[in-house]
Amino acid sequence: MANRKIVATKLRANDLILCSSNENLMAKEENSGKILPESRTDKKYNEARRTFLKQSSLLTALALAPPAVVKAAEAGLDEKVADQFEKVPLSLEINGELKKLSVEPRTTLLDLLREQLDLTGTKKGCDYGQCGACTVHADGQRINSCLSLTVMQEGKKITTIEGLATGDELHPMQAAFIEYDGFQCGYCTPGQIMSGVACIREGHANSESEIREYMSGNICRCGAYPNIIKAITAVKKGGKKV
Amino acid sequence: MRKVVMGDRLDRVEGQLKVTGVARYAAEYNLPGVAHGVLVTSSIPRGRISKIDTKAAERAPGVLAVVTHENAPEVPGYEASVNNEGSRVYGQEFRLFYDDKILHNFQPVALVVADTYERAVHGAFLVSIGYEKELHNTSLRDNLDDAFTPADQKDHKRGRPDAYKEAPVLVEQEYHTPIQVHNPMETHSTTALWEGDKKVKVYNKTQATKISQKEISKAFDLEKENVEAHSPFVGGAFGSSSRLWPQEMAAIMGAKVTGRPVKVMLMRDQVFNMVGYRPASVQYFSVGATAEGKLLGIAHHARGFTSRYEQFTERLLDPTKSMYSCPNMDTSYKLVSLDMSTPCWTRGPGETSGSFALESAMDELAYALKMDPLELRKINYAEKDPENDKPWSSNYLLQCYERGAERFGWSRRNPEPRSMREGEWLVGLGMASGIYKAARDRAEARVKLLADGSVLLRSAVADVGPGSATIFTQIAADRLGLPMEKVRFEWGNSVFPYAPGQFGSHTTASVGSAVYEVCTDLKQRLQELAVNQPGSPLYGAQAADLFFEGNTLKTKTGNASLRYADVLELHALKELEVSRESRGGPELDEFSSKSFCANFVEVRVHAATGEVRVAKVVSAVDAGKIMNHKTAESQVYGSVVWGIGIALMEEGIIDHRFGRHLNNDLADYHVPINADVPDIDVIFTDLEDPIVDPMGAKGIGEIPLIGFTAAIANAVYHATGKRITKLPITPDKLL
Repeated sequence: MANRKIVATKLRANDLILCSSNENLMAKEENSGKILPESRTDKKYNEARRTFLKQSSLLTALALAPPAVVKAAEAGLDEKVADQFEKVPLSLEINGELKKLSVEPRTTLLDLLREQLDLTGTKKGCDYGQCGACTVHADGQRINSCLSLTVMQEGKKITTIEGLATGDELHPMQAAFIEYDGFQCGYCTPGQIMSGVACIREGHANSESEIREYMSGNICRCGAYPNIIKAITAVKKGGKKV
Repeated sequence: MRKVVMGDRLDRVEGQLKVTGVARYAAEYNLPGVAHGVLVTSSIPRGRISKIDTKAAERAPGVLAVVTHENAPEVPGYEASVNNEGSRVYGQEFRLFYDDKILHNFQPVALVVADTYERAVHGAFLVSIGYEKELHNTSLRDNLDDAFTPADQKDHKRGRPDAYKEAPVLVEQEYHTPIQVHNPMETHSTTALWEGDKKVKVYNKTQATKISQKEISKAFDLEKENVEAHSPFVGGAFGSSSRLWPQEMAAIMGAKVTGRPVKVMLMRDQVFNMVGYRPASVQYFSVGATAEGKLLGIAHHARGFTSRYEQFTERLLDPTKSMYSCPNMDTSYKLVSLDMSTPCWTRGPGETSGSFALESAMDELAYALKMDPLELRKINYAEKDPENDKPWSSNYLLQCYERGAERFGWSRRNPEPRSMREGEWLVGLGMASGIYKAARDRAEARVKLLADGSVLLRSAVADVGPGSATIFTQIAADRLGLPMEKVRFEWGNSVFPYAPGQFGSHTTASVGSAVYEVCTDLKQRLQELAVNQPGSPLYGAQAADLFFEGNTLKTKTGNASLRYADVLELHALKELEVSRESRGGPELDEFSSKSFCANFVEVRVHAATGEVRVAKVVSAVDAGKIMNHKTAESQVYGSVVWGIGIALMEEGIIDHRFGRHLNNDLADYHVPINADVPDIDVIFTDLEDPIVDPMGAKGIGEIPLIGFTAAIANAVYHATGKRITKLPITPDKLL
């Protein structure tokens, strides 16, 4: 509806099938006609899908990854490598701490944080960049961590909700969210707070209507929006450094 | 020490955990050795699995197991008889991996468990399934002729059911509401851990830890005390986590097969047809009135749908039965069975859809009568519940009308449609009433006074966002004269004392009463201990001579006093524990208990594009005594935002050729975003209900949503002169 800000939509498996090869272009034509989706599960399509997934994953890695990934990819376009997705060494700073990691190229920043580093404050709401629950800062910019492969963040400074407070002292935005009740279930909250901080830093918090616009990439299903606006406005007016 | 009072605008007790990311939700317990489960779902709506090939998935690196109907562990509960006792939904519950039957699209047919999430996702892609298709039906509107009366429903008729037909002024209309999907921000998730063969723990997304415990113990034939459901944090639910779902069964089965903890978190597209939704409705509504606007008769015939295997019913007719004084009534509610998953309770389950018809029709009637819509409602105010002639336990609806209209500026409304305009925008003002049951259920609470004078309070209740944990802490602090910091409340675990599910707007009345009463009991016990112990400064004092002030017992006459901690010390007690079961008395049955509201909405409709913006909302609510104004206002915001979503954008669209959702993600299924929501002005009557519970509170989680969609539709009519009877009100319908 109004001014919806969807950053991007991650392609899903079925979309991939439909554009992966000539064989699957046929599948697309059939699909647009009377053939039911079950045809996709035929062996040949599955193999095509598998081949495509292997290739596309590697192509993505080749396109986006630092040299180490490329090297790994070149070393084996075979079954084994495609399946194992050889891990890639990389370093990035997370909440002020330098991390030397070994990750699969296909691992998103979100899954890295949640599943490997136990930084579960960053939430998975949709995994397609449509809800904003996974918002973190990369070199100070807000990003949807579900749309970012970890290998794309080599050398960057990542800040998550766990890294926002200074010691025991809450960040002013965290304190304001409590004071103004800017949440209910709390699940979208880390993303809202990270987005709210960025909103002020970007200079997009000069009026309530401007905040509404620039906070519209973060969905709150509980409907805490009015209080989120109050919290961000209060922090902006409070003048504290965010 | 600040005195805590019920009603105070206190911050949430778990606020800090939530804003720092420390609060853990069901899929965030990274237990040692935890494996990841990903569900494979069906691509047809009806038929059977002819072949399922899991070899490739099983061979894939990191894959630990692939569970399907061919190898799933036995679930003894699945063998229980159909329509099993105690089930809240009539019929045969969905049985995961039970046989080769496909009952709906996106039905889970396999679980791939792997050591990492990525490997589980990849493994899920490798499962190859062949189907034998059967003809399917997924359209309510195309199958209305097959509607049947559900087993648990009785048509409500009163007076002369046909009376509306003879009324001098008659409005007849057909209203449609679409599928709405709860879409909580946290998708449905469970982490399951077996301890041996007889004991399982689930970190679960649920509104009801006791229901989780009960249903899991039944399914796997385990002793109840050997099933623990741990759910302190739930990322929204709105009704969708009030029964056992496939992700819970899958995680438990996966953990059983692999011998490791397994977590299953549904993908966003999977929540649309696996874990419930609000079913669509088709409603035929007739209302007849005298020329002066007194209602003579109403006929409300509602049609909804359910799955092939269960009869899920909603309360579509409830507002119609009780909202207005109307002597004659004819109602019916029927279901159509479709090849869909079973729907599920969704915020204001039934009332939300039913009130769209009722409150839209009232607006149409007002125009037919050339009467102010607010005035029409006032003159049909019901002095007692017309459904059963019981007196209201409390009803301040008229006050909601008055105060809401004043705050909103209803008097500025020119009744003529399309008469108000600001530049390119047509301005419309609309209103609606709402009514929702104020129930109370059995609940228990346990409180423990500790040596340092603080208390530990426990209940199995969930807090999925309403602020229940804060409210119960607050009630205890108020009753015991303690500051909030001295009351520690632990909730969200099935090992704690019984609490009903956090749904149906009855949590405060149910669990709050137990908290209230157990604190009273604790004080009583302290008093006994203070006067019966020689050496106590209060030894031998009579109860009538004593009173509590803060955390201290004092005599009215003298200056003898005793703090809580001193009482323990006096008796050489480390702690003092009191438990209490609470339930309403027989007077509950003598009254009709409801919450009420009046919503006022101003919309702007862009004349050229048909875009509808909600510009202003005033929600006046009679929910009894408010327990915490801060969290209560948030509850109203939630309902209003839901109302905006249902009225203007939310619609689960099925491609009936394939019986499959078209818009099952958050880019295509629109929910309100920040820019869709205006300032919301909340008014509480804040007057005690003397019957429902000792705090005087009524439910608040759903009432502001009842009628809200109609308030928007009525405002849109006022702005444009177009009566939209099929939600959502999208621009195409206005051009």
